[in-house]
Amino acid sequence: MESLLFYSFSALSVLSALSVVLVKKPTRALLSLVVTMVALSGLYLLLGAYFIAIAQIIVYAGAVLVLFLFVIMLQGVAAEDIPLLKRFPLRYIILFLAAGGVFIALLTVVFSRINFPALRVPEGTLEAVGRSLFTDFLLPFELTAVLLLLSVFAAVALAKKDDAL
Amino acid sequence: MITAAHYLILSGVLFTIGLLGLLLRRNVLLILLSIEIMLNAANLSLVAGSALHGEVDGQVTAFFVMVIAAAEVTIGLAIAVLLFRKQDSVDTNQITFLQG
Repeated sequence: MESLLFYSFSALSVLSALSVVLVKKPTRALLSLVVTMVALSGLYLLLGAYFIAIAQIIVYAGAVLVLFLFVIMLQGVAAEDIPLLKRFPLRYIILFLAAGGVFIALLTVVFSRINFPALRVPEGTLEAVGRSLFTDFLLPFELTAVLLLLSVFAAVALAKKDDAL
Repeated sequence: MITAAHYLILSGVLFTIGLLGLLLRRNVLLILLSIEIMLNAANLSLVAGSALHGEVDGQVTAFFVMVIAAAEVTIGLAIAVLLFRKQDSVDTNQITFLQG
């Protein structure tokens, strides 16, 4: 049962990630990325990371990708017709695909030779993650709050009209 | 029997796909989307490491990566909007005003 879920979720995530990279229209690439995020959150559920799985759906599928969708829609047709294959000659693309294939094959060989112990899935509930956040990781947690505030300031300062201040 | 190796290999495959998109795409927005795929591949390996050791620390780190990705997307999209306002295009071949 577990391996069935793992293989179906991973096939879904790899296929939709490929379609993000290869599909022509930006809106379709974006919606394929939503599928990737949902498949990844299924994998997080299999790994016992319940809080991360829900945060993945809320933060990525809910907030980040909707922001992307707004920007793509605002840019309209101008962003659509950039061809995929005009940038490089075909032999560079084949070379790059071969390099990626060699990298993946190396990973497979190396990791299948290591004897990993069986997974001890922790209970990554909101309570456990929150306890760890507010004890061991308190300083980085507060720093991320500062980082988010700064990024809000930076986005507003970048995107406003020059004479609007 | 699914071990950590399966998750790590899947994470490597997703990272390679994201790198492919980063190098092949010409639209700035789709390059940002490819970076999201790569960040999520890293997150998957962090959560797999968390399950390998039976600790919750990797998941906390994955949470931090998620927050940083949100901040990065905010800034990146603001820059993309600026680019579009300045020259009506997000094609990386046409963004040449740093050439001097």
